[in-house]
Amino acid sequence: MAQVLVVTSGKGGVGKTTSTAALGAALAHDGAKVVVIDFDVGLRNLDLVLGAERRVVFDLINVINGVAKLPQALIRNKRLESLHLLPASQTRDKDALTEDGVAKVIEELRTKFDWIICDSPAGIERGATLAMRYADAAIIVTNPEVSSVRDSDRIIGLLDSKTAKAERGECVEKHVLITRYHSSRAARGEMLSINDVLKILSTPLLGIIPESQEVLRASNVGSPVTLNNPQSAPARAYFDAARRIKGEQIPMLIPGETRGFFNKLFSRKAA
Amino acid sequence: MSLFDLFRRGSAPIARERLQVLLSHERAACGRPDLLSILREEIIAVIGRHVSFEPDMVQIKMDRRKSVSTLAVDIEIPNPDRMLGVIPH
Repeated sequence: MAQVLVVTSGKGGVGKTTSTAALGAALAHDGAKVVVIDFDVGLRNLDLVLGAERRVVFDLINVINGVAKLPQALIRNKRLESLHLLPASQTRDKDALTEDGVAKVIEELRTKFDWIICDSPAGIERGATLAMRYADAAIIVTNPEVSSVRDSDRIIGLLDSKTAKAERGECVEKHVLITRYHSSRAARGEMLSINDVLKILSTPLLGIIPESQEVLRASNVGSPVTLNNPQSAPARAYFDAARRIKGEQIPMLIPGETRGFFNKLFSRKAA
Repeated sequence: MSLFDLFRRGSAPIARERLQVLLSHERAACGRPDLLSILREEIIAVIGRHVSFEPDMVQIKMDRRKSVSTLAVDIEIPNPDRMLGVIPH
């Protein structure tokens, strides 16, 4: 059965699009059919991060308006056959994104794909609320920094009130994905620790993506980090996060450190 | 937190404390984001039934503290005598 995920954050620049591309590729890696949808109407970027910017013909708004059929707008990834992109339009007409239109597109995608990942725009406006509207689960991308954590808290509030699932009295499953993490700076008390963030947001952790040059390099060349350099620390962290989305239980590691994060936490407390 | 603590522990504990205080306020407000505007409308309706005043002259403030919160309603009601230009005795 298809799962609809939303990658959201409230704050801009925390790594939603990068994470959508990396997780999409990681989930598609073993053949699962994945589609990533860009909801950032007017400021699309998922096409660029996936290296598909020159192959966009039709977009989400065209499908909603009936200008194009869904298969015409879907772009298959050149390196990973099971990964597809549904781009956002580059026009400024945000009102073209309608609740019914999005519902129909998601329903059709549910019949064709295993994973539907909605890349939310920043903010709490229409694009962001529609991206989360039909989600089964949410990935809240957070940097260990005060403004990002505050905005994540706000987004968690919206996920619990404004989604279709919440309105039916059900609960959207929520996970925090911490990105741009410097373990050494957190250890020195210069940056909020993983534990601080989780305690404040009281939401389970999906993964910890370390700050890395590899992430920038991957977007420079237009390939998700999990495809571009699968052995790099951020790519391994994204692969682990993708396995956790699938329900696997795997120990939480801070990449670059040998001991598991929780082991380290407990050994420190015991000392 | 002393300066010594800041030097020893870094600024992350300050960030954590500030966030905890801020979010406890914001979460309370987010449960009813429109609470103040609803209160304002209803208070204006009730008072307006008995006294006439300008709706712009109503100020409603809510102050949330740890153990208690206060709601302050400040309504400026023009004195009818003054409106007529008569100085009251």
